[in-house]
Amino acid sequence: MAITDLTACRMREALRRREFSALEAADASLAAIARLDGRVRAFLSVDADGARRRAAGIDKRLAAGEPAGLLAGVPVAVKDNMCTADGQATTCASRILGGWRAPYDAHVVERLAAEGAVVVGKTNLDEFAMGSSTENSAFGATRNPWDLERVPGGSSGGSAAAVAARMVPLALGSDTGGSIRQPAALCGVVGLKPTYGRVSRYGLVAFASSLDQIGPFGRTVADAALLLQATAGHDPRDSTSVPEAVPDYLAALEEPVRPLRIGLPKEFFGAGLDPEVRRVVRDALAAYERLGAQMVEVSLPHSAEYAIAAYYIVATSEASSNLARYDGVHYGRRSSDHADMIDMYMRSRVQGFGDEVKRRVMLGAYALSAGYYEAYYKKALRVRRLIRRDFQDAFKTVDCIMGPTSPTAAFRQGERTADPLAMYLSDVYTVSCNLAAIAGVSVPCGFTRAGLPVGLQIITDVFTEDRLLRIARMYERETAWADRSPPVCEARP
Amino acid sequence: MTAADLLPTIGLEVHMHLKTRTKLFCGCPVRYDARPNSCVCPVCLGMPGVLPVMNGRAVELAVRMALALGCAIPDLAKWDRKHYYYPDLPKNYQISEYDQPLGIGGFLDVETPRGAVRVGITRVHLEEDAGKLMHDERGGNFSVVDLNRTGTPLLEIVSEPDIHGAEDARAYAEALRQLAVYLGVGDCHLQLGQMRFEPNVSLRIGTGPDGKPRYTPISEIKNLNSFRSVERAVVFELARHRQEYVANPAEYTLENLGKETRGWRDDEGVSFLQRSKEEAHDYRYFPEPDLVPFVPDRAWVEAVRATVPELPQGRRRRFISEYGLPEYDAGVLTAERGVADFFEKVAGLVKDPKTASNWMMQDVMRVLNERKAGIADLGMTPEALAELVSLVKQGAINRNKGTEVFGKMLASGKPAGEIVRQDGLAQVADAGAVEAFVDQALAANARTVEDYKGGKKAALGRLMGEAMKASGGKANPQLVREILLRKLGG
Amino acid sequence: MRVDVAIRSARDLTAAARKARILPLSREEVLKVGTLSRIGLSDAEVGRFTTQLSSILDYVGKLRELDTSGVEPLAHALPLHNVLRPDEPRTGLAPEQALAGAPEASGDFFRVPRVLDEGVSA
Repeated sequence: MAITDLTACRMREALRRREFSALEAADASLAAIARLDGRVRAFLSVDADGARRRAAGIDKRLAAGEPAGLLAGVPVAVKDNMCTADGQATTCASRILGGWRAPYDAHVVERLAAEGAVVVGKTNLDEFAMGSSTENSAFGATRNPWDLERVPGGSSGGSAAAVAARMVPLALGSDTGGSIRQPAALCGVVGLKPTYGRVSRYGLVAFASSLDQIGPFGRTVADAALLLQATAGHDPRDSTSVPEAVPDYLAALEEPVRPLRIGLPKEFFGAGLDPEVRRVVRDALAAYERLGAQMVEVSLPHSAEYAIAAYYIVATSEASSNLARYDGVHYGRRSSDHADMIDMYMRSRVQGFGDEVKRRVMLGAYALSAGYYEAYYKKALRVRRLIRRDFQDAFKTVDCIMGPTSPTAAFRQGERTADPLAMYLSDVYTVSCNLAAIAGVSVPCGFTRAGLPVGLQIITDVFTEDRLLRIARMYERETAWADRSPPVCEARP
Repeated sequence: MTAADLLPTIGLEVHMHLKTRTKLFCGCPVRYDARPNSCVCPVCLGMPGVLPVMNGRAVELAVRMALALGCAIPDLAKWDRKHYYYPDLPKNYQISEYDQPLGIGGFLDVETPRGAVRVGITRVHLEEDAGKLMHDERGGNFSVVDLNRTGTPLLEIVSEPDIHGAEDARAYAEALRQLAVYLGVGDCHLQLGQMRFEPNVSLRIGTGPDGKPRYTPISEIKNLNSFRSVERAVVFELARHRQEYVANPAEYTLENLGKETRGWRDDEGVSFLQRSKEEAHDYRYFPEPDLVPFVPDRAWVEAVRATVPELPQGRRRRFISEYGLPEYDAGVLTAERGVADFFEKVAGLVKDPKTASNWMMQDVMRVLNERKAGIADLGMTPEALAELVSLVKQGAINRNKGTEVFGKMLASGKPAGEIVRQDGLAQVADAGAVEAFVDQALAANARTVEDYKGGKKAALGRLMGEAMKASGGKANPQLVREILLRKLGG
Repeated sequence: MRVDVAIRSARDLTAAARKARILPLSREEVLKVGTLSRIGLSDAEVGRFTTQLSSILDYVGKLRELDTSGVEPLAHALPLHNVLRPDEPRTGLAPEQALAGAPEASGDFFRVPRVLDEGVSA
């Protein structure tokens, strides 16, 4: 078995046993990237020298028997909206940052270094994480490893595709309205959005501050648990980071949750759901029933479509504010010709931002502007409270909520780019989780007839990632989806 | 309606830097003398990915000021983002407090030449300052930005429109400064830009048909940085309003024209229009998602309240009633907290407030004025002064020698007793010795003695002076007088 | 790939709105919000965004169906409060580092086109 076929957990054990070195693991990852990424285009930058240097450092520690961390020698990819002070650019897949190099590491990047992970590169995304297909990247779209004609989902499409194509066993993404879970579903990997506040956002370039959360991608539930373990925890630099203890996610992972009451909201199985996705998800639910779980119909009356509406107001309002700083004054790209200061702002921003960013920034500015604030922004916040109440009520009677992660499997490149609203509805089942601040995971649960992966979304209450992972693992044990590798890995160039 | 009936109606927005070591949202030091862009970090530079974390000391100082102003501290305060594009504001939004400030509804009593005036305080809130934008002095077509000031904790104090004249506006501004310095909330050095003023000026023009008062448009004058400019700008603006209104009473009203923003050219002494109502900014306030609300614990609020010292006006009144000090002296001794504390310490130690006040006014304040120094730089403790005052009270030295010893204490740092001993300054109170000095004086000044006996009573003072001189200034003046009178035959 | 019903219903709504000429946004409003956002749109962009933003606003307008009277807005996802930092200095960046990414600098300063004395103060 090739090194790149190993899960992160297996790789970690093998590294500890010195079956191969961290340098060999890094080289295997770099070779896979070199071989595959011309077609997949998951990475915006690959730091081969830095990765090999870090791996060699880990090898020294391992050889000396020194503690080397939870992820000692495991190659990891980081979404390129997280700051790295390693000299690589942090781009957010936007022209406006103009090759900006962060003078500091994001909290999660510090955590990865402390746990011995070897960051090999930074992955593609929709510009500033705004999108559901990774087509809104200023540096070209990422393709779905299962079908290169299709999108990997987004906005963390690069991280999802990199893990799916086995270029790295682990990757970090960020999830504002489904940007981890939806690409995980479309690429057939596990992607988890932790509870808001579980992982520090310090150094994550903000899209929508009250919704953004960093989370792990892995091929298995245990791998996702491992990366969450390494990155979760309190950080005084993020006021919204919660000082709750981080449980040992791996210790009890194999213990099933029993009794298990699964809430099935009818809003997640409504008219917009692709019949094939519905069938595959139903099969997964049947597997849980066979494990003794009890299915309970619940209602989340404000989720789905109202949630999308509320989400696109809250997220764009915050984005219009967060992205105000990209103005060509203190860093980033400045237009070359301008009549005066205001003209410089206007030109730098119209030239530096892509269409989706422009749309969202303007929509948000509109929702916050005088005369519309009550009708749009404040209204959306009221609906947000209703959505959170829906979940709080549901969790009184069920342990988790399940449904499809995405209404469709991976769609074709270009299929939704002309219709922003159609693209927004890709997130119809994922946004409510962010609005309610709760945890959610997408786990692979089968394939369409065309061979496209389908994701099962599982949602639990705040700070119950340990249970969420155990519930996901119960199903994963019964299946072998993680063993399948996408066609791109097999095809030799 | 005549021009005389137009009532000046003024509210003041005052910004002051809080006395913290670090900025509001990051650990960068607050400095005024540093190399440009050297007190900065990713957070205050507004770099991608950074987050603000609230400085707890700044919150405490803000609450202390709010409490001293008699404000209520609401159960929840939160911060909001205020958006506008400007190169000295790296995020292009300012973190401020919009609708739920730290303090609401207080007042400040201000002493004016016409007596005390109570000015209502609408709100007190905590926000971040912007950086500095400067224009190229060599006439180049560019401006430059220094972000050292960016993120400095800034307290905004908004008054009710309770001020009715330019002098009062100035007195209010000065009283706020005195209070902030007294509380240790801010240093308020105006020349460093630590305190800035924005008067809102209009004239009340009687009442409308609905019985409600009517006003001329409100002019907000931005960014004044001295008390003098506050007074001058308000004088100018009131006169301008009067003129505009008299020329066009039907049009020049608040309902018609709303609020306008004006600048002030100090060198020319004129204000100028910056923005009319139509051009007003749309700040798009919304709750700052990166900061969490502040929910003050009531016990904490009371603990902060306990750190609020007695305030200048109250202390002044107490010095008059409790210590029997003259109004002027009480005013001088309470103008600065350090001086008042020093005085009370001395008064307590010598158990004689009037004498202590005498020393403060005649000796301590004189030296401070000469040196243009603060009480902290006096170089003498209240205990040391109290020892000196006691020596005089006990008759160990006389009052004049006391001033001499005071000077020597400042110069040498030695205690009073030691100086008196070493320099042999102890008062001579032995009747025999004093009589010898008197005899000496009488013998050497026969003509003066004649003058006295001839009815010139003022001659007694000259003879006393001569006797004191003979004693080297050390004789007990009371005893000199007694013996002199006896020898001169009553 | 099947496009879901919600997309279609949203499209129908937009189409109907366009037909009835009750687009939520006019070109002028898009220009205005562009200026507010300091995005200098081309004519073509104004046209495109007017249509697209109108259709999105139509869709989010469905929130009006919900009765939210008496419901408090939820701005902060978690009920956290009083997160305060000690007033302790930390090392920041040197001027050279601060200015490293500046598009234009002048000595120790960031440099921008001349700004007239009209700014908004804090």
